[in-house]
Amino acid sequence: MIVTKQKNFEELLCSLGSGPVFLMGCSECATLCHTGGKDEIRAMKAALEKKNISVAGCVVLEPACHLNNNKRMLKEYTKELGRSEKILVLACGNGVQTVAELFADKDVLAGTDTLFLGEITRVNEFDKRCMQCGECVVDFFAGLCPVSRCPKSMLNGPCGGSSGGKCEINSELECIWDRAIQELKKKGKLQVLMTIQKPKDWSKGLEMKRRV
Amino acid sequence: MRYRSHLEEILVEGRFVVTAEIGPPKGSDAKKIRDKAELLRGYADAFNITDNQTAVVRLSSFAGSVILLQMNLEPIMQLTCRDRNRIALQSDVLGAASLGVRNLLCLTGDHQSFGNHPSAKGVFDVDSIQLLQIIKNMRDSGVFQSGDPLLAERPNVFLGAAANPYADPFEIQVDRLHKKIDAGAEFIQTQSVYNVSKFVRWMDDVRSQGLDKKVHILAGVTPLKSVKMAERMKFHVPGTDVPDSVYQRMKSAANPTEEGYAIALETIRELKTVRGIHGIHITALFWEDVIPSLVREAGLLHK
Repeated sequence: MIVTKQKNFEELLCSLGSGPVFLMGCSECATLCHTGGKDEIRAMKAALEKKNISVAGCVVLEPACHLNNNKRMLKEYTKELGRSEKILVLACGNGVQTVAELFADKDVLAGTDTLFLGEITRVNEFDKRCMQCGECVVDFFAGLCPVSRCPKSMLNGPCGGSSGGKCEINSELECIWDRAIQELKKKGKLQVLMTIQKPKDWSKGLEMKRRV
Repeated sequence: MRYRSHLEEILVEGRFVVTAEIGPPKGSDAKKIRDKAELLRGYADAFNITDNQTAVVRLSSFAGSVILLQMNLEPIMQLTCRDRNRIALQSDVLGAASLGVRNLLCLTGDHQSFGNHPSAKGVFDVDSIQLLQIIKNMRDSGVFQSGDPLLAERPNVFLGAAANPYADPFEIQVDRLHKKIDAGAEFIQTQSVYNVSKFVRWMDDVRSQGLDKKVHILAGVTPLKSVKMAERMKFHVPGTDVPDSVYQRMKSAANPTEEGYAIALETIRELKTVRGIHGIHITALFWEDVIPSLVREAGLLHK
């Protein structure tokens, strides 16, 4: 899932001006991480109206990153959209751009910051799991990804700063290398770490388009 | 045999080596490096020039190394993967070798969040082990990382790496040393030793795998200058192990600076007797002028 967090409300107010504004959310990731689902759109509407910013309408797109589906869904909001100066999108950076594609004449604003591709670890807690490098390496590391989960993306770790299973840059962060070593040990496969992992082919993560 | 560097020559000859670290200034004054180096002339066989250590911007290790060469001193140029990708790293290896740098210490590098530009993008295109292998291949096989051949001279460098006997998990640290040797490390400078018994245990494992015969290990020593420094090393610097006994000695000393010096001296004397140790690497953070007497009193002066 694409994990987002809402931007600071005061900063949003500065960029929104006086409105009217149209709110768009997303039924997928932004709903799951409580940044742009039905509830959050409703709360944002109320918060803006409290600040005397008029909200012309709102919708939760299904999902915001689907260009043609957005076109279809937004047909019934032509009138409200016509009245809106700005569109605030509570979805990931992808969703914002897909919406912006449809409204060249309006200011389409990002209501969230996109953080990472991650899992729902428990209620309201999300952890980074992938940075879309284009060539998955988790098979070498007991199903764990050091590219996205080690702050130095080390393929031949751990670095010398791991302590008590925690990362040197943040004592809250698990050292993914320590974890991989423990998992491989349980499986009796610690020796696989003696293989020198070659420099990564980062060009695989530079794809800009894919056609099936 | 033709040696690639003086450091390699004396290590192969079996002399007990001293290396010392020189931290470059936060400015472009070459004199800062020259003054430190002049102070240490004759007291160390080669001098590490750090590469923006702890991710704080300083004069580059490349320039610092060249300044030492101009003084007829031998640099060990540190090279980290934090700030440069494989293109820049390989280019700097060629450039440094072309100007006479013969020793390179390959490090992954401290994370940028520790330094004075925490909002910088860390590169980490490759890690220290990959960097060792890349440079070894440039030198021995005449190919760049991509497989493209070098067309002019190959960089004739002596390759080093770091090792930390105190890092977790302890059990993997000797394997990691093994991996660094496989990748191309010919000498090792260890993390600063305060916990000698744990270091000795690590060396027992190193010797049991015969690794002390495959690589020259220099044990790190950093004299503690104050109680504050002991506290920082004990509680805040990742990957260091200051035992309670050492911390207590510093805290209860009438003169902590003298006590720190005495502890460093004792540590060097103990390390000298550890089988498989080929030298001492002294990192005297902002206290370089202590090195001459430390070297002399520890009986490490050759001349």
